[in-house]
Amino acid sequence: MSSVVTAEKRKVADYKGDERPTWCPGCGDFGVLNAVFKALSDHNFAPEDVIIVSGIGCSSRLPFFTGAYGFHTVHGRAMPVAAGIRAVQPDMPVLAMGGDGDAFAIGVGHLVHAIRRNLNICYVVMDNAVYGLTKGQTSPTAERGLATKATPQGASDPAVNPLLLALATGCTFVARGFSSKPKDLADLIARGIAHPGFAFIDTYSPCPTFNTVHTFKYYRDATADLPADFDPTDFGAALQYAASEDPLYLGLYYQSEQPTFEDHIRNNKPDVTKNAMTVVEDLFDQMS
Amino acid sequence: MTRNDLVIRVAGEAGEGILSTGQLLTQAALRAGFHILTYSQPPSEIKGGHAFFQIRLSADKSYSKGDSVDILLAFNQEAYDRNAAETKDDGLLVYDPSEVTPSADSHFVQVEFPLNDIAKNELKFPIAKNVVAVGALAELFELPTKHLDTLIEEKWLRKGEAVVQKNLDALRAGIDYVIAHVPDRERFALHPDKPHSGEIMVSGSEAIGLGAVAAGCSFMAGYPITPASDIKEFLEVHLPKTGGHALQAEDELAAIGMVLGASYAGSKALTATSGPGFSLMIEMLGLAAMAELPCVIVDAQRAGPSTGMPTRHEQGDLYQAAFAGHGECPRIVLAPTSVGDAFYQTVNAFNLAEKYQTPVILLGDTLLNVRSESIPRPNLDEIEVVDRLLFSQNGNGAAASGSVNGEYNRYVLTDNGVSPMSIPGQAGGQYIATGLEHNEEGLHRYDEATHTIMTQKRFRKLERAALEAPAPDRYGDPTADVGILTWGSTVGSVIEAIRAAELEGLSLDMLAPKMLMPLPDAQLRPFIESKRLILIPEVNYTGQFANMIASQYAREFVRINIFGGMPFRVDRLLEKIREEVALHV
Repeated sequence: MSSVVTAEKRKVADYKGDERPTWCPGCGDFGVLNAVFKALSDHNFAPEDVIIVSGIGCSSRLPFFTGAYGFHTVHGRAMPVAAGIRAVQPDMPVLAMGGDGDAFAIGVGHLVHAIRRNLNICYVVMDNAVYGLTKGQTSPTAERGLATKATPQGASDPAVNPLLLALATGCTFVARGFSSKPKDLADLIARGIAHPGFAFIDTYSPCPTFNTVHTFKYYRDATADLPADFDPTDFGAALQYAASEDPLYLGLYYQSEQPTFEDHIRNNKPDVTKNAMTVVEDLFDQMS
Repeated sequence: MTRNDLVIRVAGEAGEGILSTGQLLTQAALRAGFHILTYSQPPSEIKGGHAFFQIRLSADKSYSKGDSVDILLAFNQEAYDRNAAETKDDGLLVYDPSEVTPSADSHFVQVEFPLNDIAKNELKFPIAKNVVAVGALAELFELPTKHLDTLIEEKWLRKGEAVVQKNLDALRAGIDYVIAHVPDRERFALHPDKPHSGEIMVSGSEAIGLGAVAAGCSFMAGYPITPASDIKEFLEVHLPKTGGHALQAEDELAAIGMVLGASYAGSKALTATSGPGFSLMIEMLGLAAMAELPCVIVDAQRAGPSTGMPTRHEQGDLYQAAFAGHGECPRIVLAPTSVGDAFYQTVNAFNLAEKYQTPVILLGDTLLNVRSESIPRPNLDEIEVVDRLLFSQNGNGAAASGSVNGEYNRYVLTDNGVSPMSIPGQAGGQYIATGLEHNEEGLHRYDEATHTIMTQKRFRKLERAALEAPAPDRYGDPTADVGILTWGSTVGSVIEAIRAAELEGLSLDMLAPKMLMPLPDAQLRPFIESKRLILIPEVNYTGQFANMIASQYAREFVRINIFGGMPFRVDRLLEKIREEVALHV
């Protein structure tokens, strides 16, 4: 990496990009973007040493508004792209950002496997229960019956519980944040980045344009911080609190340390590697 | 008459040692200087089921698997029943009488070979059955035994001298049995009249894996699928030696996603699949083209559509490779024509992908990927490896590429369409790779001018690439009136048909381009314009290559298509060629 060691701590402004956010006024994603800037400055990463991967959707535009490296992929496929990046640049911090449609509908298959791999990235899902970019259809985190302009009969299926999904899949860092608590969210993201393994942060990020039910006020009333004495190494407690519908708890539910995807790749390599042509010549010898 | 080639087929239950028998024989014959081409069909059923391994030995280089069998060794009744019909009239069928009841009215010589009995009762070493078989087959074509003796020592020495001796005894038992029991066996004798030295025995999938390593590939992701899984397995073992890594993704969508992530992060990356998996990758083929990320996708074609016949052969994915994708999605398609060529075309695929920052699809097929050939050992000093044009702040980067404001523009417009690429970690090189239409900076823009200019930029790269197409295969008489245009592994059958036609006084001339998208006009046009009749044989129903050619060149082309899941037999192809020539010339 080419990062220059600076004595001075980088500020939030150092991570901003030239492009202004295209989100609607009042969108929860602004708070998430600021929390990302804050978390990156807490780590004091050089912007060129960070890669932000996203899918498709309003929230997945986030990389464009930063000065980091970014990969705005296709709908639902941020996880495998992030895995490919980490496989060849295992020391570079990777954040994945996207929405609930990306994570829990079209990309849920990849999410499960990224978690299983314990891919060492921090994935922040901006969860607003609707598809914003396509004008407000309900998403997998919308509760059954939730009606929107684009889903007038109401959502036909019950909601996915992202935290239970992550816990059941073996996720080693499971948290829930809220975009109107940017300081707490920044702290969760910073800890997620520091976590050696897959950090999953489901983040309430209200859509003021298409979801008139899950508003900032709704989440302020419905959420509560996890108790001060909550033990994030207690898997049973994590499951129990994750299942709670009233209140919806915010904070770090669960954290454990397990071998990572990157550990596997490092362990799979010999101590001394050979030049590619030497490897090919050796194989030719064996084939004669 | 001296024999020029010999086709040996060993058939039995999958897992009965068919493969090990074949491989031992193949390796010994390789060292004796024979030219070898193997053919096998993976069993369709998971456990057991019928399997065979076929070896074509020839005095000089051969190009196809051989139409029929000279010597068939049948381990069991099913092997006998399924393969006897493919044995030549003057062929030899060897069977184990404890397993097989032969048909009374066979057209070939049948000889009992009590393999199980010899191994069990005579040698007291039942597992040596396959070595007994190797000895017998080797003696039939008069393979010098020293090569087998050496191989057996190499193979079993770590298990001790006693085991080596037991296997040597088994080998000898097979040889002795043939000498004592096979009449007229000298008619199967074969000697390499142009023995090669130092050729290597490689499968098509291995050749692709070797080409990838030589080209500098350091990442591979794939999902299991017949007949491409071997490439992944090969690279899982050998890429780590270079510091690279190969892994199994959760599906093909993920496999190509990982490849694009790795490419973005600076690696040369590969995925390998077959038609059904390639269909799943097409979504992100567009992303690769739009974000201008180099990558190589191997599609080892099999018979489709849908799950089709996973273990059977077809050239049915050319359209998919050349045209699939939403919007207008530039890509390069290369099709190797033989195992040896697969090595070089894989290197070319990486070089073109890196040079033009675009996806390159390498079209293999069941026939090519599964078979092994003896090929001249490639001279690696002659291999050119091309790396992508990199952004550097003071060198060939933004300033040198005509950026207006001195800042790095990932997609800066250039004459050949290629823009310097930064690698994450490079200060000043930050950009967002995206599937959205974007300006030179990489920021998404939907205006008419941007989409027009950027579409032209992406296709300009293809126009340049066509000028650098790998050399085509050319075979036959360049002055012949009748031309054959073909592609991929069908080239092998065509070359042998041309050889056979020459003996009959019929002159033919074959051209097989390796680059199928974009079509290399400089190779095709002179050929097409100089022939009175052009035949286009391919293993598909719709004539995909013929249609692509016909859409570019206004003249008549005569199609020859088969689509039963098998490659062209040389004799039937020649018959068809004769018919068409008689009709049109």
